[in-house]
Amino acid sequence: MKKKISKPTIYSLGALALFVAFLYWLDANRLTQGMVISVLQKGAILALVATSMNLLNGFTGLFSLGQAGFMSIGAYTTAILIIPVKNLDGVYYMNGVHPAIKALRVVMAQAPPFMQTIFPFVALLLGATIAALVALVVGLAVLRLKSDYLAIATLGLSEIVRSIFSSPQFDQITNGSYGLNKIPNFPPMFFGLIPSLITPFIITGVCVAFIVLLINSSYGRAFKAIREDEIAAEAMGISLYKHKEMSFVISSFFSAIAGGMLAMYMRSIEAKTFSITLTYDILLIVVIGGIGSVTGSVVSAFLVTAAKEWWLRFFDQPLSLFGFEVPLFRTGFRMVIFSILLMIVVLIYRKGLFGTNEFSWTWLTSKKARRKP
Amino acid sequence: MSILEIRDLSVHYGGIVALDGISFSVKEGAIVTLIGANGAGKSTTLRTIMGLVHAAGGSVHYRGEKITGLDTRKIVEMGLVLVPEGRRVFPNLTVLENLKLGSYLQHTRHEARNLEHVYDLFPRLLERHWQLAGTLSGGEQQMLAVGRALMANPTMVMMDEPSLGLAPLVVKDIFSIIRRINGEGVTVLLIEQNANVALHTADYGYVLQTGSITLKGTGTELLENEEVKVAYLGKTR
Repeated sequence: MKKKISKPTIYSLGALALFVAFLYWLDANRLTQGMVISVLQKGAILALVATSMNLLNGFTGLFSLGQAGFMSIGAYTTAILIIPVKNLDGVYYMNGVHPAIKALRVVMAQAPPFMQTIFPFVALLLGATIAALVALVVGLAVLRLKSDYLAIATLGLSEIVRSIFSSPQFDQITNGSYGLNKIPNFPPMFFGLIPSLITPFIITGVCVAFIVLLINSSYGRAFKAIREDEIAAEAMGISLYKHKEMSFVISSFFSAIAGGMLAMYMRSIEAKTFSITLTYDILLIVVIGGIGSVTGSVVSAFLVTAAKEWWLRFFDQPLSLFGFEVPLFRTGFRMVIFSILLMIVVLIYRKGLFGTNEFSWTWLTSKKARRKP
Repeated sequence: MSILEIRDLSVHYGGIVALDGISFSVKEGAIVTLIGANGAGKSTTLRTIMGLVHAAGGSVHYRGEKITGLDTRKIVEMGLVLVPEGRRVFPNLTVLENLKLGSYLQHTRHEARNLEHVYDLFPRLLERHWQLAGTLSGGEQQMLAVGRALMANPTMVMMDEPSLGLAPLVVKDIFSIIRRINGEGVTVLLIEQNANVALHTADYGYVLQTGSITLKGTGTELLENEEVKVAYLGKTR
C-alpha cells in the first residue's frame, strides 16, 4: 500500500517552506529589514530557552528558576572560545587575558579553515556540556526539594553563577564586570549554503525537535507521570530521582545552547545580562504560551519578542494628533502598555494561549466550531 | 507455598509507631485480605512492602528473596505491583498513556500484549482510550488503576482499598474483576475497610489493629468471628 501524505503534513511542510523562503528573502534584504531580522532571531533564541524551561516546569512539574544561570554558562563559554584572537587583548584590556585561554585560542587559530568553520558549534556544545555537568552536580542536592523551595534554590544558583562570572577573581577569564565584547555573529552553516542569518533558526529547530521527540518518548511519559502524581509514578517503578535529574540536565543543556546563541546575537555580554529578570522574561513566555505546550512556547516567544521590541515601539515616541500632544507617549511607556496587554491575555486565556495543547491544523480550522457558545 | 512473607515488620513515622512488628504471609495464587479500621496501618504495610516507606525493623520476603530495602523499581520488575489508595491515576494524561506507564519497565513487545489483555478485561478502557483519565468516573478510574497495574505483567497485585468512594454496584464489579484476575493466576493482597465484601472474596484474612495483627483465619472463619462481627461488620452482639 502506498503511504498517503495527510493534509496537515502538507500544510506544515508548506508553511515551513514559506518560512524558509522568507528567511532567504530577509537575507537578501538584510540592510533594510534590520528590525524584522533582529526580532525573529531573538524570538528563535528565546523559543529554545522557553521550550527547555517548559520541559522542566511544564512537563516534569519542577518549578525551576535557574535558566539565566545556565544560559550565562553557555554564553560565556561560547564567547571566550570564539572572540577573534586578534581582538582578545583589546577585550581584556583592563586585566589581561588568562595565559591558558590565550594559548588555547592561539592553537585554535592555527587549525585548518575547515576546523575554523565548526569551532563556533563546538563552542556552543562545550558550553552546553559544562552547563549540563553543573546541573548534574547541583541537581543531586536541589532536586530533593519541591515546588517553591526548588524555585528558590535554583534562583539562588542562577545568582551565584552570575556573581562568580562578575567577580574580580575571574577577571582574566570572564573580564569581570566589564563583560565580553567583539563576539562574532552567527556562523554560516554547510559552507555558506545556509547564511549566518538563518543559523539560529536551524539550531533552535534541531534542539526543539529533539525536545519534542523526548517528550513523546516513554521518558517523556514518565516525566508527565511525575508531574501528575509522584507517589503513583514511583509505585509504577519510575525512579523519581533519575528522571528529575535527567529533565534538569537536558533542560540546562539546551538553555546553555540558547545562552551561547544569545552571546552571538548580542555581540557583547556582561554578567548583568543574565540577571533574574531574564529568567522572568522566559517564564513569562512559557506562561503566556501555555505551561505544557511546546508549540505554545515557540509561538509565544516570537509574539512576546515582537510585541515588546517592535510593534509597541511607537508608544515610546511623542505623538501629536491634530496639533495636540498626546500625553504619556514617552520612552518607557511601551512597557506599561506591554504589561497591560499581558494582563489582558492572561485574563482571557487562563491557561496561556495554548493551554496544554499542541498546535495542529485541524485544531486551527475547527477552533470556531469547538468553542463553547 | 507462600509467595510473600512479612516477618516482624515495624515502621515508625517520626516518633509514632505505625507498625509494631507484624508478621503474615500470602499463599501463592490466593486472595488474601488485610482488614482494619482507619489508622490501623494497612496502607503503611503495603507502602513498606513496595519500598516506598522505610522499614524500621523486620523483613519482607517475596518468592523467597528478601526485598526489604530494595528500590521500588526492582520490586516492580520482580512482578509485585501496587494499586495505590484513592486510585491515583494521572489525571491529565489519556487512558492509553496511563496504561503505557504501567508497563514502563517492560519491554515494548510485552507492552502491546499486556495492553491487549487489559482491554480484554476492561472493554470500557478501550472505548475511552483517548480520554483524559481525570474525566473518567470513579469506577472507571479504579478500573484504569487496576489495568495500569496489570500492564506490569505482575505475579502478585496489592490493592489499597479498591472500594473507596465507589457505589455498591461498582464495588461488586471491581471485586468480580479481582476474582477474575486471581483466576488467571495472579496472587492478590487486598486491603479493605469494607470488611464484608473483602472477607467474602478472600481465601484468607488478617485483622490489623493499631499496628498489630490481632486475628487471622479463612474468610468464612473471620466472617463468623464475634469480634469481627462487632468491630467491622456492624453487627451487635
